[in-house]
Amino acid sequence: MWAFIHKLGSPKWFYGISARLMPWFWIAAAALLLVGSVWGLLFTPADYQQGNSFRIIYVHVPAAFLAQSIFVSMAIAGLVFMVWKIKVADMAAAVMAPLGAAMTFIALFSGGVWGIPTWGTWWMWDARLTSMLILLFLYIGVIALRGAFASRDSGSRAASVLAMVGVINIPIIKYSVDWWYTLHQPASFTITGRVSMPMEMWAPLLLMVLGFYSFFIALTLMRTRSEILRRESGKRWVQALAEETP
Amino acid sequence: MSSSNTLDQPLSIIEPHGGLGVALIATLRRDLTLMLRRRSEVMNPLAFFALVITLFPLGLSPDPELLATVAPGLLWVAALLATLLSLDSLFRADFEDGSLEQLLLAPQPLAAMVLAKVVVHWLLTGLPLALMAPVLGLMLGLPAGSHLILMLALALGSASLSLVGAIGAALTVGLARGGVLLSLLVLPLYIPVLIFGAGAVQAALLGSGVAAHLAILGALLALAVMLAPWAIAAALRISVNG
Repeated sequence: MWAFIHKLGSPKWFYGISARLMPWFWIAAAALLLVGSVWGLLFTPADYQQGNSFRIIYVHVPAAFLAQSIFVSMAIAGLVFMVWKIKVADMAAAVMAPLGAAMTFIALFSGGVWGIPTWGTWWMWDARLTSMLILLFLYIGVIALRGAFASRDSGSRAASVLAMVGVINIPIIKYSVDWWYTLHQPASFTITGRVSMPMEMWAPLLLMVLGFYSFFIALTLMRTRSEILRRESGKRWVQALAEETP
Repeated sequence: MSSSNTLDQPLSIIEPHGGLGVALIATLRRDLTLMLRRRSEVMNPLAFFALVITLFPLGLSPDPELLATVAPGLLWVAALLATLLSLDSLFRADFEDGSLEQLLLAPQPLAAMVLAKVVVHWLLTGLPLALMAPVLGLMLGLPAGSHLILMLALALGSASLSLVGAIGAALTVGLARGGVLLSLLVLPLYIPVLIFGAGAVQAALLGSGVAAHLAILGALLALAVMLAPWAIAAALRISVNG
């Protein structure tokens, strides 16, 4: 078990194994996203209340899922880095942060676009949108803190601590914002409060969510690989690799 | 025996002076003395608090009824920003003169020592802000019945603010210009305290029960006391070694 973890922690080994894993995730992501979006955008019947505008759910919900999952994975990677000093975990955390911030932004933006036909405005201080906005600030904080340190190691450890502090706070923030929302604004229209979603709307959403996750894993593997090459550029195996490839 | 004696010697020198309680009281006394000698650092957040509150009637409207409805939020946001301003100096002086390194090297657990520092910060920032808030509440037309709740909520909430803020202060103390970054790190984490703190005052205004809000503020504080010192300690180690 421990030997396995330390093997996984070695950048060289990770570079090899990720090269074999990555294509599968790319294929899965491409297939799932293609089928999911064509099914969801063309073949799913329109919603009886929202018409075709509901189809933005196929981008909005997967992005929102991923925005939260990426923060948790980032914090876990930070914990692994802090406890076992596994450098690959920190490299993964470093490349995940901008991706998570981008997903949060996509969720916010698609929420705003969705708000136009349903609420008649780009922005409402809706509990979900507000929590998403705060999540975006948390991501920006982690990215900024990592960049602020002159030494990369200090920046990595500081960002790991902040990610862990953030991940403990996310549920607290989420529940307090929900509570605040129910107190201040009666929900005029709830998008996700619907009890049951018909199968033909739900199935493409599932495909899209899985597709987004595969895309995230593939992209994280790819970016971690280039981060390995960048940080380990002084190592012999990286230089040998650079000489091999024309 | 004699060889192990020489090894034990440093320990036996430290031990008579080094109980955790003694060290905690020494840290508390030292920080209190230092802060009280730099009075302006204690006064500045209070002056800032009063000044920000003065700006709102000028920017919004002098109408007491309007001000009374927004007063809980205004007071809380202003107090939160005043706390934020005071955070940068929490570890700065100790970092610059090297006493923070000594604290890290001390045999007592760093988390406990850091907690003592945060207690001093709260005593000289959060508590005065809470005591001053009713005066500003009066100026904003807050009805007298809610003043006590405002004070209580601020006193409870600002303790969490000091604890959570100290994490940010510890992370940024090694950076030359950490001020803006500090607010970026800390403000999102302040949101739950803001919601329940302002909610308590709002509930007092509406005459509904405030116990739930205060209880949640207390719960947040308990959680912060339990977890924040470890994060602060880890962050200080990173900042000092980096």
